[in-house]
Amino acid sequence: MSEHIVPVRIYFLIFLALMIGTVLTAWVAFFDFPGPLNAVIALTIACIKAALVILYFMHLRYSQRLTWVVFLSALFWLAIMFALTFSDYATRDWFPTF
Amino acid sequence: MAESYVTESEVAHHEALQHHFENMEQQREAAALGMWVFLVTEIMFFGGMFLAYTLYRRVYPQSFAVASNHLNIWLGAVNTIILICSSFTMALAVYCTQVGKRQLQIIFLIVTMVFGAGFLGIKAVEYHEKYVDNLIPGRLIPSRPFNPAVNQEGAPHDEHKLTLIAGAAVKQVELFYWIYFAMTGMHALHMIIGLGIMSFLLYFSIRGHYGPEYHNPVEISGLYWHFVDIVWIFLFPLLYLLGRHMGGHG
Repeated sequence: MSEHIVPVRIYFLIFLALMIGTVLTAWVAFFDFPGPLNAVIALTIACIKAALVILYFMHLRYSQRLTWVVFLSALFWLAIMFALTFSDYATRDWFPTF
Repeated sequence: MAESYVTESEVAHHEALQHHFENMEQQREAAALGMWVFLVTEIMFFGGMFLAYTLYRRVYPQSFAVASNHLNIWLGAVNTIILICSSFTMALAVYCTQVGKRQLQIIFLIVTMVFGAGFLGIKAVEYHEKYVDNLIPGRLIPSRPFNPAVNQEGAPHDEHKLTLIAGAAVKQVELFYWIYFAMTGMHALHMIIGLGIMSFLLYFSIRGHYGPEYHNPVEISGLYWHFVDIVWIFLFPLLYLLGRHMGGHG
């Protein structure tokens, strides 16, 4: 059996990291950071949490390369959807600018 | 075996090996890959709603802050913790299947289902709060159209009423609630489907179908469950937290 079995210790560490991330993101939300920094911080923490779940709970780190390609294709198409949509909206004069 | 061409080594194969796969390893990788492809479509499905959210938050930041601050941050936070716990126990259920601990595998599946049901219960409490405050958007509930009360300056603060800040409008708050109910509703539907899948897994686990040799259904159901968790990991900060610093609480 060549399947990689992730040890329980790793699962527990990831679980702890996710808990800390949740408390941290709720706590920092009440501080008034300059500009769009509140959103940037919230999304950074969310992305780190999601990455931990994907890499370890979902075993992507130990998966074949084809699985990586499939997963990264989702991010790629998501990026296209956001980029093309906002290249339209963000260039309209009623759309708020920074 | 009736067919004479079946060799002895093929007969010795695991009974769960389907004939179009070479071996269990190939079958396992194909199952996981298929699930990942499905999850890509799910990411794009939820991605459309995240796009709508991003766009309108950018256009109406004050109204979205007001609407966001009216959500119950404690219920949202507790639900986030419950879902992370459920993902942890799901990962352990997969682990226990891989190493052949059948009793623990069944226990962790049940615990995961309890967490999932707890999440939906808290979600129902939240939805009911919104129903009481007339915050269900449009005329989704014909007898209770979207019609929230607003705290007036000088009057005693009522947490059931919206507290508008400069630049916010009730009509734009309604837009937030359309997006809120669409996203959390679709997420809750995924949780309900997840619970159905878990019941299926539990039934076959108790009957001893899954072990170190064969556990594709447990593994790929785990992938689905973790995906639903990830959606919530983004929904919690985006719907409940952003705008907390902008005031207008209540």
